[in-house]
Amino acid sequence: MFSLPIYFIIFIGFFSYLFGKNRSKKKILFKKNSGGQADHYGYYCLIWVTVPSTIFFLCWQIASNYIIEISTLESIPLEFIPEEDSLKKLLLENIIVVAEGGSSLAKVPKISVDNYKELKFFSMVGGYSCTIILSIILCLVSFRKIDPSLMAKNVIERFILSVLFISSVIAILTTIGIIMSLIFETTKFFNNVSFFDYFFGLQWSPQTALREGQVASEGAFGAIPVFAGTFLITIIAMFLAGPIGLFSAIYLAEYASPLTRKIIKPTIEVLAGVPTVVYGFFAALVVGPFIRRTCEDLGFSASSESALAAGLVMGIMIIPFISSLSDDVISAVPQNLREASYGVGATKSETIKKVIIPAALPGIVASFMLAISRAIGETMIVVMAAGLSARLTANPLESVTTVTVQIVTLLVGDHEFDSTKTMAAFALGITLFSMTLLLNIIALRVVKKYREKYE
Amino acid sequence: MNKEFLNKRYKKEKRFILIGRVAVSLTIIFLVILLGSILLRGISGFYTTNIFLTTNLSQEIIDPENKKNVEEIYKSSWRKIARNSIYDVLSAFNKSKNIDKISRKDKRDFLKLFSRSSEFYIRDFTLENLDSIGKEVKISIPSSSLVDQFLKGKINIAVNEDDRPINDKQISWINFMVENKMIERKFNINFFYKGDSRNAEEAGILGAIVGSFFVILVAIIVAFPVGVMSAIYLEEFAPKNKITNIIEVNINNLAAVPSIVFGLLGLAIFLNFFGLPRSSPLAGGLVLALMTLPTIIISSRVAIKSVPPSIREAAMGIGASKMQSVFHHVIPLAVPGILTGTIIGMARALGETAPLLMMGMVAFIVDVPQSITDPSTVLPAQIFLWSDQPERGFEEKTAAATIILLVFLLTMNALAVFLRYKYERKW
Repeated sequence: MFSLPIYFIIFIGFFSYLFGKNRSKKKILFKKNSGGQADHYGYYCLIWVTVPSTIFFLCWQIASNYIIEISTLESIPLEFIPEEDSLKKLLLENIIVVAEGGSSLAKVPKISVDNYKELKFFSMVGGYSCTIILSIILCLVSFRKIDPSLMAKNVIERFILSVLFISSVIAILTTIGIIMSLIFETTKFFNNVSFFDYFFGLQWSPQTALREGQVASEGAFGAIPVFAGTFLITIIAMFLAGPIGLFSAIYLAEYASPLTRKIIKPTIEVLAGVPTVVYGFFAALVVGPFIRRTCEDLGFSASSESALAAGLVMGIMIIPFISSLSDDVISAVPQNLREASYGVGATKSETIKKVIIPAALPGIVASFMLAISRAIGETMIVVMAAGLSARLTANPLESVTTVTVQIVTLLVGDHEFDSTKTMAAFALGITLFSMTLLLNIIALRVVKKYREKYE
Repeated sequence: MNKEFLNKRYKKEKRFILIGRVAVSLTIIFLVILLGSILLRGISGFYTTNIFLTTNLSQEIIDPENKKNVEEIYKSSWRKIARNSIYDVLSAFNKSKNIDKISRKDKRDFLKLFSRSSEFYIRDFTLENLDSIGKEVKISIPSSSLVDQFLKGKINIAVNEDDRPINDKQISWINFMVENKMIERKFNINFFYKGDSRNAEEAGILGAIVGSFFVILVAIIVAFPVGVMSAIYLEEFAPKNKITNIIEVNINNLAAVPSIVFGLLGLAIFLNFFGLPRSSPLAGGLVLALMTLPTIIISSRVAIKSVPPSIREAAMGIGASKMQSVFHHVIPLAVPGILTGTIIGMARALGETAPLLMMGMVAFIVDVPQSITDPSTVLPAQIFLWSDQPERGFEEKTAAATIILLVFLLTMNALAVFLRYKYERKW
């Protein structure tokens, strides 16, 4: 599975651990003064040997692959060079396939195949031997360093600490990666489509941008209908989930007996654990046709991909988000507020309406905001149950499209990456990302402030 | 007057409680409808219909020189044998009804009652029983999904003949086969042993399950160590400064980023920049690892935090360094909590579809993946794909696959709950 030097590094690492341990036992009197125990000196050698040589080997592999690709591209004779970049890549891939002993349908220049093979061989021999020599040198160096004055334990701990730090930075790198990749593609998108057209245009039909030189080949990238659809579905979802979630939370927090609470709460949370694709299937198969049939019986016409179906199912999905968070904030309202209210003669429901809800309002609003952000970013339900065409309508029985549906349809199955179409998906993505981020930041702030108030 | 007012208030109180009860019951009714409708549709997907076909394994066609050479037998004209035995059934039907001629259309319609890969079942049977060559044998082969759906009562035959997928003649044929005890209902083994297929009766979920396994494997290998290590750092070692604060805020916000945005990240970075193979569990698993990372970090931090400071102080009191007190004493006590969080995060990853949609893992893939770089699909993606298929037989397959997915998720969550109850300590 791994290549030879990796095994060698593992072997020499193990070897240096054992020898480092032995050597430290000979050289150092552990009772008197020491920067650790014999084990620590062993680990010290192990880290010294394995970490730099592994990094070196990986860097070599990445760099050599890159260099080989460039030089192979250069070695392609003039008559083979295709005009487009994507074809060039394809040719390169074909050359690599042929060089590794496969067969390719396309014609590949023999010179570059040989060139590729030769370079690959040199890089392999060079990389292997350099890594092995490096690890042996490191092994010897680390042996020489073993000495009573060396604080092996501290060195190891510093090493571990830096590894811990690096892993906690990965979360930041992920965010940076998201933002960079979104911004990078989005700026390219706004080179082709004006900012104003995107945010205020009323026409969304990216499909026309498929072919160049077509009439209206620019396509229409006005995002208003797409966002209108998203909001329509979100509003429907909140109309269902808001009251139900809030009243469930009130009932569970204030009225239910501990036993009922213990049973009902996890049951409601099962809804949060159901995968969204299951909700999508449910919406497309059960709710959508049901709504269409009911409406036909009542004499309206309804699309089977109506916004209502997607919205209602999405509402079911976000009930647990609202109910469990609201439940938490309602339970967090201090008992003395309740008792003061009972003391002046209020009934339980009056206490809830006049005292507890106002006190818990910021938290409840935050839970609604989190639920909205969840609904805006939800993908599978709308992909399976909502429509594709962007229609500007407020009628919940018609089919509308959403941001996430558009991202999916623009990107799935599209191999050419640099068209305006794919870049539009990233523009939608960054809009979605900023909206949900904003909602979350505000909601988390509110919750945090509110908690501090009562603690 | 005063009493009336009081009564009014009590009535309001009762109404309020009633609203709360209705809200809770509605939620539970939704849950029951959701799971119930899927169960109802899915259970029949675990059963399938087979037809006993009396096949003449003619010596002349299969092995004329009686060499018993497996390779030659493999290549012989199985289609002819399958067709012959299928048409024999049709002739038997016609004989019983005193019809002489068989029209071309009848033949074609009759073939539609059998699986499109009938010939392969006959071939495989023969290769296992080489002695039966030249004899007449009864082989159980899958019916087409049309027969299966008809016998399960899923096709509405009350409508006009042109509006339904099955015509009157086909129905009479099926009834003839039922009367002659040629039809058997059995557990659908294909569903668990095969990859995807265009034929509903052949389609299975093995490929998707293996794909899901690889994806989760990659995600867990990446996300578990990284998540736990950053939780340790943030909870035990991080100085209270701006950088730490930024990391914390960042993790909380990352947990709420829509999953599809992670798909965009994966598409731009893993596929286009690093050039990882499209549709591979490697790329998909990496995206899911980044997605579950915040969940793992947050729950691991809670677990580490719940270990009382006295443990750390006791360890340091007898001369352990900070690092030793954390790794030798705190982490072992926090392991159950960390594992619970990880399992819950992985359960979420297992049910996730949207980012994998972007990574090209929603594709028609017949072969079961062998490694993490093979193109593959995952269980929820398979559900998505099948739910789009117009053929009727796929509907119950979709629901059946959903049941399997839910069973997996339930098991994982039950495991997490078990771990929590078994090992949770109150300090």
